[in-house]
Amino acid sequence: MFSERKLELLGFVVAALIVAALPLVTRSNYLLSIGVFIGLYSMVAIGLGLLMGYAGQVSLGHAAFYGLGAYGSAILTLHYGWNAWLAIVVAAFATALVAYLIGMPTLKLHGHYLAMATLGFGIIVRILFNEGGNLTGGPSGLPAIADLNIGSFVFDNDLRIYCLVWPLVLLQVVLSRNLLRSRLGRALRAIHDSEIAARSCAINTGRHKLMVFVLSAIYASVAGSLYAHWVNFVNPHPFGFVFSIELVVMVVVGGGATLWGPVIGAAALTVIDQLLVQLGHVFAPAKDMDVVLFGVIVVLVLLFLPQGLARGLRRKGVARDGA
Amino acid sequence: MRDLHPRLLVVACVLGAILALALVAGCAKPQPPPLTGMPPPPSAGQPPAPEGEPIKIGAIFSVTGPGAPLGEPEALTAKMVQDDVNKAGGINGRPLEIIIEDDHTEEADAVLAAKKLIEQDEVCAIVGPTMSGTSLAILDGCEKAEVPLFACAASAKITTPVKKWVFSSAQTDVLAVARIVVYLKEQDIKKVAIICDSNAFGQSGAEQLKLQLAEAGIEIVDEEKFATKDTDMTAQLTKIKAKAPEAVICWGTNPGPAVIAKNMKSLGMQAQCINSHGIANKTFIDLAGDAAEGVILPCGKLLVADALPDDDPQKAVLLEFREKYEAHSGKPANTFAGHAYDSLQIVINAIEEAGEDRAAIRDAIEATQEHVGTGGIFNLSADDHNGLTEQGFTIVKIENGTWVELD
Repeated sequence: MFSERKLELLGFVVAALIVAALPLVTRSNYLLSIGVFIGLYSMVAIGLGLLMGYAGQVSLGHAAFYGLGAYGSAILTLHYGWNAWLAIVVAAFATALVAYLIGMPTLKLHGHYLAMATLGFGIIVRILFNEGGNLTGGPSGLPAIADLNIGSFVFDNDLRIYCLVWPLVLLQVVLSRNLLRSRLGRALRAIHDSEIAARSCAINTGRHKLMVFVLSAIYASVAGSLYAHWVNFVNPHPFGFVFSIELVVMVVVGGGATLWGPVIGAAALTVIDQLLVQLGHVFAPAKDMDVVLFGVIVVLVLLFLPQGLARGLRRKGVARDGA
Repeated sequence: MRDLHPRLLVVACVLGAILALALVAGCAKPQPPPLTGMPPPPSAGQPPAPEGEPIKIGAIFSVTGPGAPLGEPEALTAKMVQDDVNKAGGINGRPLEIIIEDDHTEEADAVLAAKKLIEQDEVCAIVGPTMSGTSLAILDGCEKAEVPLFACAASAKITTPVKKWVFSSAQTDVLAVARIVVYLKEQDIKKVAIICDSNAFGQSGAEQLKLQLAEAGIEIVDEEKFATKDTDMTAQLTKIKAKAPEAVICWGTNPGPAVIAKNMKSLGMQAQCINSHGIANKTFIDLAGDAAEGVILPCGKLLVADALPDDDPQKAVLLEFREKYEAHSGKPANTFAGHAYDSLQIVINAIEEAGEDRAAIRDAIEATQEHVGTGGIFNLSADDHNGLTEQGFTIVKIENGTWVELD
């Protein structure tokens, strides 16, 4: 019905309209904050989606990269008085370097060594946050992180943060699209389909996987920095293993090898989580069931829409149109 | 269609397993007993039932997640206070509604819960959260929205430096350490060793101990760490024993301190074992058994309410709270329920005085003087948004499996 290119453009316009519509229909900071969380999680999930969907590698430590960005910004602005924007960039660079050092040895190997390395890395980072003494504020964290600002314009309310985060998410989607159309993207797709075939075409598979991994760490770090400047507080708890798993679930549910899959996954999980909280008012154990429910969702998605919600639903739509 | 059958079977199995799990979980977790159903028929002398739009107070507690042992009693307390206030005629004749949100002990959920209460429910003040992390995560949001927040968590970072809209009712470790220092001076103890948990509670305690002991001129001869779930601390204690301190101060939450008490006994250490208010519960005595005998700790007065002298100003309040809580929940009262009770009482008093305007409520809270609560006597001011002194703590000794007040 639509050509691939038109479908892509249509998808982008629809998404941009939805993003723009939320602040117009509501000024509730509660709903806007849910929007901000979806945006931040999307930023991390888009990077992780590239890694999982195209490079075929799983990271179980992306919460740690998110945390490094958050703590990097917090420490540089609070302890050293740096400009917040500069801190975000430097934290992202530092996180990229860390990701490079982890990815360099592990991505040369076959199989899921990256998952194991990042699993351990995530735990180590969490311990560092906890034991960092005055630098990280220990288990009780670092309060009073400043708001972001451009001159006298301060990003001090949820609407402004929303308007900062979502254009970045849309930008990421455009970047991902262009990346996949580039030489690197073609190489990645080749790796995704058959690593041996790709290698026989002189594609350096290890190097390409490493580039995607580092890029995903940078995305996570920026999202973490924005979280720190928005909530104005960081502590080790949100950056643990559970959040890493939730990110993987977002990608699996939405679909990694698609443009919008990770965003859809992030939105679905965040909204379900909030619905469970509200359900908890009438049925007390509801909130304790989130892990179980997410497990069911993953199983159902893998059974019926193995490529995730985004592609699976589109396939069905296209098939119906064709018929 | 045929290839769908095995899939459906798998799905059915998964769903069945989950249902079974849910049932088990539902049975394992005892539900709070039903609230007192029918109100007693109005009789002469009873206040008239409250009428009109309810006055809304928000509450954020960690009813689920790792903070649940603290948050659940707090949520029960909030329901109890709501019932009591409405039975007694409401606030200025209007019903009180306490909207309880569960933050699942997650910072992100606490942030969203606070925004929901402020924007969707339009509450006039928020009580909670339960934990220090979740409290610190929502402070700035409440400051920006200009909503009074009365936290129930103990971190000193919540109220220092003072934030205009943020208060806390929990006894901080600053005060617990201050009370221990008073005790050490009374006993003329000059040399101590400290051994602290590596969690937030233990490390915050260690920081305060070092600061306040140095000020008091008491020497710390050794400083050790342990992890909450370590099963043997003999190594650290052997080091401490060699330095021969007069007292060993242990700062942590169960089960670590119980292991330390046992290890100290088996090493035959003569030093006095002093602990924190973190073990002011029956669990410690159960875990440490014989070794608990003679352990000294500061604790809120709730535990020893019966033994308090009759002229203690808190005694009446403590006994009343304990009786009400136990009748309402069927469980023994604890300190955390007390924090929620104190926060709610102060906020409700402020609303009675100032009406529903958030700024007026804040001013009324800050002007609270001589409020007798379960955690101590609150004297709030522009410089002190906690308002407690070390007098809210009492020093107790464990004897024959129970707490005996020392003073």
